[in-house]
Amino acid sequence: MVLKQRIILVVLFITMVITAIIALGLGAFNIPINEVFNALTDKIGFSQNATADEMYADVLFAIRMPRVLLGMLVGAALGISGAAIQGIFRNPLSEPGLIGISAGASLFAVLIIAFETLLFVGLSELLGYYLLAFGAFVGAGLTAFVVYQLSKKDGRPNITTMLLAGIAINALAGALTGLMTYMATEQQLRTITFWMLGSLGGATWENLRAIFPFILLPLISLPFFGKALNAFSLGEEQAALLGINTDYTKRWVVLFSTLAVGASVAVSGIIGFIGLLVPHTVRLLGGVDYKYVLTGSMLLGAMILTLADVLSRTLVAPIELPIGVITALLGTPVFLYILIKENK
Amino acid sequence: MLRIEELSYEIKGHRVLKDVSLQVRKGEVVALLGANGAGKSTLMRLISGELKPSSGNITLLDKRIDKYDNKRLAQGRAMLSQQHAISMAYTVKELVVMGRYPHFQSSPSLKDWKIVQETMDICGVTDFADRIYLSLSGGEQQRVQLARVLSQLWDNPDALLLLDEPISALDLHYQQKVLSIAKNLSRQGFMVLVILHDINMASLYADRIIMLKNGRKWLDGTPNEVLNNKNIYTIFSVESSISLDNHSLKPHIFFKEMQIEPPFFNSSLQTPAPAEDSWSANHTQI
Repeated sequence: MVLKQRIILVVLFITMVITAIIALGLGAFNIPINEVFNALTDKIGFSQNATADEMYADVLFAIRMPRVLLGMLVGAALGISGAAIQGIFRNPLSEPGLIGISAGASLFAVLIIAFETLLFVGLSELLGYYLLAFGAFVGAGLTAFVVYQLSKKDGRPNITTMLLAGIAINALAGALTGLMTYMATEQQLRTITFWMLGSLGGATWENLRAIFPFILLPLISLPFFGKALNAFSLGEEQAALLGINTDYTKRWVVLFSTLAVGASVAVSGIIGFIGLLVPHTVRLLGGVDYKYVLTGSMLLGAMILTLADVLSRTLVAPIELPIGVITALLGTPVFLYILIKENK
Repeated sequence: MLRIEELSYEIKGHRVLKDVSLQVRKGEVVALLGANGAGKSTLMRLISGELKPSSGNITLLDKRIDKYDNKRLAQGRAMLSQQHAISMAYTVKELVVMGRYPHFQSSPSLKDWKIVQETMDICGVTDFADRIYLSLSGGEQQRVQLARVLSQLWDNPDALLLLDEPISALDLHYQQKVLSIAKNLSRQGFMVLVILHDINMASLYADRIIMLKNGRKWLDGTPNEVLNNKNIYTIFSVESSISLDNHSLKPHIFFKEMQIEPPFFNSSLQTPAPAEDSWSANHTQI
């Protein structure tokens, strides 16, 4: 990693923290920034003269903070797994959403919502909230496996087949989810819609705790694959000739990415474009070395999703726009811009 | 020493390589020659570990290559492939540093950087070290890849260097330079196995030439032993005449022009007629 890339990472980190603090204050009910600071310093025992207004503190800790933290976690998870999946498939277009991983995760989640009372009663009692996260993860994992196997040609993943398989799985998941909506009750329908469009509205300390380990593990582990993913860019054979254990790399990178995406989808539904755009932007800022791109995508992902969430809460407050709508609305023009720029 | 014993490779019932045995000794450049589809690249990919042999053994420095630890093997064996599929915008320097991956854990040491600089210098890519690899010409890209492969083995004179058509995209100067680098490295102990199509280059730079035909080893010997017009006709089906170069005392091959009458390969030209007649005939019809 060169100096420029290190500086970009530091700047991204600082901006991410500032964005998070600002996001804590903004929403249908605004908390002045000094009250945010007061409440935070109160909480960690560094309180000076001013004490925080109790109402502000309540909103901050019960509603705003879990939400901002969840946004950061999910954003970081989507960003880094997008970059990692692109590295494994050696293609800047292969994002977890595009190759069907998110759709697979949401399909399983929708199936669990629809059939929870019928089929999964025992499991539901045993696993509680984890059942949904577990289901989403299984869905994500299965899809990743199927797409990878389908796309293999002469032992190597063929990118065209992979994208086509992704389209097929997206269509299948869409159709089955559509079918579920016919069978669903009013309450289930609302939950399903939430899954399809993505939202951080369900953020509580409880579900934050539920997904925390599933996201933390990939966030810590994936950056260590930077060197291996760089070698992968030369082709799998050359990576092996450089001493990289290619099977180990593929297995763990796909597993960690699936874990991160599965857990994210489990709490926030499908949030598109983050996994595609964030790594692209990070590359445009400072180059393609994966040792930098992985960490950069994690930080920028966290920042962008926090921002998108602020927009979703404030644009038409007190109504909330689904965050997936915001990321798609902002993401599409940027994506098209990148495509046009790369074609020139 | 690289020792290959009765190596066979079969794919979908088709035997691509049949009982090939050969050796490359330390300090030797061995050129692998043969027609398209003779099995040269398959042999190379078997030695590089990309393919697994159906039967037979490959040993490097008296140890079977499948018994080596990945990293240890990467420090002593490298291959320059024919094709490079890179889709990300790496800079030249970033790519060459990857050659040092088997030698460092998280970031390259000063020694690694020194080696990267040396290999970039000798391959003539230092001037565009910070440019994006994908923006370079085919020949320049090939030189960058060579610098990367050389940096992988630079400080290990016991290493095996595999080169699959290293000079096909290069200009005359770099064709000579690359083979000269390989030969001079071999004089320090490196083992070099190189696939070449230019038979005169093989004659000039290789210590030994191995010729493959239909998946079998056909000939194995010094250029003076194996390069004669009969052998060349057997392997490549082309006629040639050989003379001994006064300066290098190596055989130099002159090829005879190949003549094929158009009716043999183009059925619409069954009855060759004088060009003027067919032209006027076509135009009177119009």
